[in-house]
Amino acid sequence: MHEETVYDALTGAPDDARWAFGTGFDDPLAGVDTTVPEGVAPADLGAYCLMLGDDALVLAQRLTEWITRAPELEEEVAVANIALDLLGQARLLLARTAAAGVLGPCRERAGASVPDEDALAYFRDPGEFRCTALAAAPNGDFAHLVVRLLAAATLRLAAFDRLRSSRDPVLAAVAAKGVAELSYAREHAARWVVRLGDGTAESHRRIRAAVEAVAPLLADVFTPTDVELRLAAGGAAVDPAALRAEVLGVLDAVLAHATLEPPSWPAGAPPRGRLGDHGPEVAELLAGLQGLARAHPEATW
Amino acid sequence: MVNSGVRTSRPTDPRTVAAGVVDPELPMLTLADLGVLRDVRREGGTVVVEITPTYTGCPAMGVMRADLVHALHAAGHERVDVRTVLSPPWSTDRITPEGRRKLAEAGIAPPGTAPVRPAGPVPLQLGPSPRRADCPLCGSPDTEELSEFGATACTALRRCRRCREPFEHVKEI
Repeated sequence: MHEETVYDALTGAPDDARWAFGTGFDDPLAGVDTTVPEGVAPADLGAYCLMLGDDALVLAQRLTEWITRAPELEEEVAVANIALDLLGQARLLLARTAAAGVLGPCRERAGASVPDEDALAYFRDPGEFRCTALAAAPNGDFAHLVVRLLAAATLRLAAFDRLRSSRDPVLAAVAAKGVAELSYAREHAARWVVRLGDGTAESHRRIRAAVEAVAPLLADVFTPTDVELRLAAGGAAVDPAALRAEVLGVLDAVLAHATLEPPSWPAGAPPRGRLGDHGPEVAELLAGLQGLARAHPEATW
Repeated sequence: MVNSGVRTSRPTDPRTVAAGVVDPELPMLTLADLGVLRDVRREGGTVVVEITPTYTGCPAMGVMRADLVHALHAAGHERVDVRTVLSPPWSTDRITPEGRRKLAEAGIAPPGTAPVRPAGPVPLQLGPSPRRADCPLCGSPDTEELSEFGATACTALRRCRRCREPFEHVKEI
């Protein structure tokens, strides 16, 4: 076979997905029955999966920003692994959102060649994202990374553990799969919090400052939106208010091990991020995440 | 094929072909060894293959799908449908005894039995990791964990205290 360059020979493989680490990602729900169960409103289910998917997508992006900046090579690998798990959850949840028929204006913006999942990830504007500030807040130092990851993984694990019995079998399966991954992430973050809290005077000072910085981000994570209340009543979602005692209990226990006083956890605040009300950091994060796909919607590599 | 004395006959049975496709990250294992192959059957003129993802974000899944289609096409099956099955989730307990033997032979410590979770909230394990693995090189049980996360989603990094060699360990999930 005559090929112009080595690269052409590689990319000229007959089946287009053979180089799947570049282009050629396929539908993560291929072959899965995505019929929405009776009694569950598809629009609500899609909106809810978008909330959970956006938290994962945005936090994965924040974790990825740590790569090449972590204090040691093993930690880069750990952060990358956790980000990859979250990205995998985001892909399934965004695909589930699309399969429930919730796409909105991003479908038109993306153009026909872009799959639904990518239209949701790359072609929604900041106000259309449903992530919480806990997932989206800008990075700080390494202590901030592990405290935020501990809080986010603890919250998500508590939610996923209950979602294993969701009335939507797709969501239940995604949650069941995520529980094992999130347990690893939570454990990894918790060990670092203990190590730094019970470490040197400087590491203790840093982790204490990180706890003070992250605690306010929990203000709205336990406040349900109307969508969550409706779905929870029908057994398809979890009311985040029901997670508060367990999540704060785990965080207090880890902080006690780390020789840290628990902070005064914030009182419940009305949902903001879940309704698309974000600080400027979300637009900034999305500019990095979406820039290439928006400039070159047909790009393959 | 029967009359061709010099050529080794290639398997064409779709189950055998699919079971022989190797994992792109751990190429010493076939998809059957790894336990990701749930079912291979014919539906009309189509070969339907059901696979289950190991880790949700594992980029190897796309390659596995493509390799399955490729291998089945090469074996003469024109219509192939690879379907994802999410439930019940994959566990390292699905790695076959043969798969475990091949891992150890390749210097990768196979996983122990996946932890059985007690009722109630997922317990949090503080302190040193409770995971154990024998050194796949010298067999010593005296090994330590260097990092809970390795080069692939499914592995941790360990080191043998006796022979001092580092090695990978497939984490129990």
